[in-house]
Amino acid sequence: MANPGGGTVCNGKLHNHKKQSNGSQRRNCTKNGIVKEAQQNGKPHFYDKLIVESFEEAPLHVVVFTYMAYGIGTLFGYLRDFLRNWGIEKCNAAVERKEQKDFVPLYQDFENFYTRNLYMRIRDNWNRPICSAPGPLFDVMERVSDDYNWTFRFTGRIIKDVINMGSYNFLGLADKYDESMKTIKDVLEVYGTGVASTRHEMGTLDKHKELEDLVAKFLNVEAAMVFGMGFATNSMNIPALVGKGCLILSDELNHTSLVLGARLSGATIRVFKHNNTQSLEKLLRDAVIYGQPRTCRAWKKILILVEGTYSMEGSIVHLPQILALKKKYKAYLYIDEAHSIGAVGPTGRGVTEFFGLDPHEVDVLMGTFTKSFGASGGYIAGRKDLVDYLRVHSHSAVYATSMSPPIAEQIIRSLKFIMGLDGTTQGLQRVQQLAKNTRYFRQRLQEMGFIIYGNENASVVPLLLYMPGKVAAFARHMLQEKKIGVVVVGFPATPLAEARARFCVSASHTREMLDTVLEALDETGDLLRLKYSRHKKSARPELYDETSFELED
Amino acid sequence: MATATEQWVLVEMVQALYEAPAYHLILEGILILWIIRLLFSKTYKLQERSDLTVKEKEELIEEWQPEPLVPPVPKDHPALNYNIVSGPPSHKIVVNGKECINFASFNFLGLLDNPRVKAAALASLKKYGVGTCGPRGFYGTFDVHLDLEDRLAKFMKTEEAIIYSYGFATIASAIPAYSKRGDIVFVDRAACFAIQKGLQASRSDIKLFKHNDMADLERLLKEQEIEDQKNPRKARVTRRFIVVEGLYMNTGTICPLPELIDDIDLISANMENALASIGGFCCGRSFVIDHQRLSGQGYCFSASLPPLLAAAAIEALNIMEENPGIFAVLKEKCRQIHKALQGISGLKVVGESFSPAFHLQLEESTRSREQDVRLLQEIVDQCMNKNIALTQARYLEKEEKCLPPPSIRVVVTVEQTEEELERAASTIKEVAQVVLL
Repeated sequence: MANPGGGTVCNGKLHNHKKQSNGSQRRNCTKNGIVKEAQQNGKPHFYDKLIVESFEEAPLHVVVFTYMAYGIGTLFGYLRDFLRNWGIEKCNAAVERKEQKDFVPLYQDFENFYTRNLYMRIRDNWNRPICSAPGPLFDVMERVSDDYNWTFRFTGRIIKDVINMGSYNFLGLADKYDESMKTIKDVLEVYGTGVASTRHEMGTLDKHKELEDLVAKFLNVEAAMVFGMGFATNSMNIPALVGKGCLILSDELNHTSLVLGARLSGATIRVFKHNNTQSLEKLLRDAVIYGQPRTCRAWKKILILVEGTYSMEGSIVHLPQILALKKKYKAYLYIDEAHSIGAVGPTGRGVTEFFGLDPHEVDVLMGTFTKSFGASGGYIAGRKDLVDYLRVHSHSAVYATSMSPPIAEQIIRSLKFIMGLDGTTQGLQRVQQLAKNTRYFRQRLQEMGFIIYGNENASVVPLLLYMPGKVAAFARHMLQEKKIGVVVVGFPATPLAEARARFCVSASHTREMLDTVLEALDETGDLLRLKYSRHKKSARPELYDETSFELED
Repeated sequence: MATATEQWVLVEMVQALYEAPAYHLILEGILILWIIRLLFSKTYKLQERSDLTVKEKEELIEEWQPEPLVPPVPKDHPALNYNIVSGPPSHKIVVNGKECINFASFNFLGLLDNPRVKAAALASLKKYGVGTCGPRGFYGTFDVHLDLEDRLAKFMKTEEAIIYSYGFATIASAIPAYSKRGDIVFVDRAACFAIQKGLQASRSDIKLFKHNDMADLERLLKEQEIEDQKNPRKARVTRRFIVVEGLYMNTGTICPLPELIDDIDLISANMENALASIGGFCCGRSFVIDHQRLSGQGYCFSASLPPLLAAAAIEALNIMEENPGIFAVLKEKCRQIHKALQGISGLKVVGESFSPAFHLQLEESTRSREQDVRLLQEIVDQCMNKNIALTQARYLEKEEKCLPPPSIRVVVTVEQTEEELERAASTIKEVAQVVLL
């Protein structure tokens, strides 16, 4: 049976991760005394927030039907392939050139099997083009297919004002132009769009220096360095930090960029179970005690790669425990805060602030500007010697073009906004609004009876759909009937039987928008029978007033 | 009835036992005894892990000291102190407070400063804001991206194009999308770092051939053919690829395309230089390009290109299509400065005469690379003092497979006037004379 990592579940019963010695119900958000672990580590403050995560297991019949659906899809796939091969059915896919027909085939047949026969049926739910800014409402271009999704054609009609639950726009900073963006316009006019050189050569502008200083100030660390692409920040800097003879301990569900960076570095990689500190501890102990395999020499360095928030699961890393392990076993910690910077923590400083820890304790803080800051690019921050080393040895600094000036200005503007340096408290209000929206959304969905994964404070909300047919029906119904844009994800980004819809709550979603979405989800859930949770509570709207969702100070 | 058959079978068995030859019975007996012994003997664990006591383990954990996360970098490392450019990196560039003529940024067509490009980017900024907040698959596809892909495909006269949001990631994601473990890739020695990283990520067999040496490539291909004939089964599933650069960044030379092949499957290019934008694209036949939409890592798992940069690229394409004459102008300027820089004592020009980015290497290198780098840096600094902005070509010395020799890179753009080109050539000549003699 599919066992999503993190939650120990037996027989579908829910087991919440509670960092509390007594078993109090999770509805209590009051301050609950001293946590045992915090005391043991001698921390001067108390981590008194309840970590509430849930990864409920699906009922048996759902899993059976899901596998059956894939099985039937596969059988039909074989049948259609057979028909296409024998020319009985026309083949709509692009084919190899005649001159190259006797070359070794470019693509493995099987690897394309899934794409051709399963993905192709429902691929109108992805790559949907939009034609407005990705704010809380956006305009989707209507596309139809006359040949069952092999080719698409634009009808020319635009579906206006679709509620956006798919873009990573956590603080609502990605919106169409308004007067506060005047500085970006000025920078664009003075500097232009491109840079045409690398950081080492002639590509370091004064804007980059300004940005790096501001990022370091924001994160409360010594120094920072910015790069033009978030994906490349991981894949080009991890090889600069570790090499052969080092050990990387990476979480099971790490992002592709972290995996690629780890592979390119040449270090040995060992994977620990998702967010599971016991698994990590076991690996650390074995690594330190027994050293490298076969030669038994000691490892040069051990680097732990985790993410702040995992976007497919909605879980937040168990940072206090990992920091304790890190200190005990003298390993280095690299946190990828792509989805948690700006979105998590009372003032948006990320997971370190969320847990009330000192950012200096983490060795490498990495993050991206795509999600909460409405721009693009990534950064690495930490001690000055780390950043100096990266300035000299990072692949990106030597070979890749530096960040474009208007993008840098957008990030500067967003940072100032969040930090309150523009003279208003709007930034802080947005961070708090995001937290409120997140908790409201998650709570309502759970009450309706859907299976939601992850931490109650994570703004990325995965809603489990399981069956491939429902995945397609859900996405299409939400767009066409309810005018809500949702993102659905299936295999191979998630395990085969756990296809899900993923909502990204934003601070710019108003209560009305969220209520519209929730109503639509309620109806769709009943229509498609998606309410699998065994902990369904009846919706009592009169309880959901503002006071229940105020944050503790 | 049953017992009768049973008895009958038993009798047969006993009879067979009597009639069997002696050695047969002895052999069977020994085997049975051996099996019984194996069943009851203790199993031995392999002595992989010695039995450490808990106390010893704790001691090991206490004693272990890792290396520091990063080795210290000397404060005066040349790469640590970047040249800071205040203001736009355009034709007249302000480096470290000094105004110079820009011979270092890859602004070939001078489009970084072009008002039309800026206006197009501004229009896009007004409509879409800055970021796209998502990868292409999840509402990160804007109509601007689709437009740009169409225009690029038409411009390059291919069926389809796909854009990436980072130039380096373009080829580094394209190669592992097609070439997997077990495939063979023939690549030129002077291939740039991005190609090397793409090849490393693909885990394929790499066969390097000498730079621009078609005879060497042919030799390698023939060797591969012999290998294939030895093992035809394996040959049927191994794909083979050839990767070359159009204009090599590390040497300034061009690859001999007509000798190489009659039709190209995939062209990958960078929008960060001539197109005054950010990002890169791949173009080719739909059969080939479509695959990257699901398996190009830099495409699927990364946010899409900000729309204002895509709009800037489209406008740059428009300008390029409207005045095809600028290419001839650029070529002429390249030829001019190439000729002017010939005959400098101590420096030799490396690169084709029509290449807009070429290298100046030391004619006689001192034994140590560090010393060479220092000499060249001295030349660069003095040129900077005389208001000519140049830069050395930078490499990661430990990571490159075939490290090119240290050199100064000179970039020609259409914005440079003839007089400026002459001035640059004569400045470099003077400085080289002073430094190298």
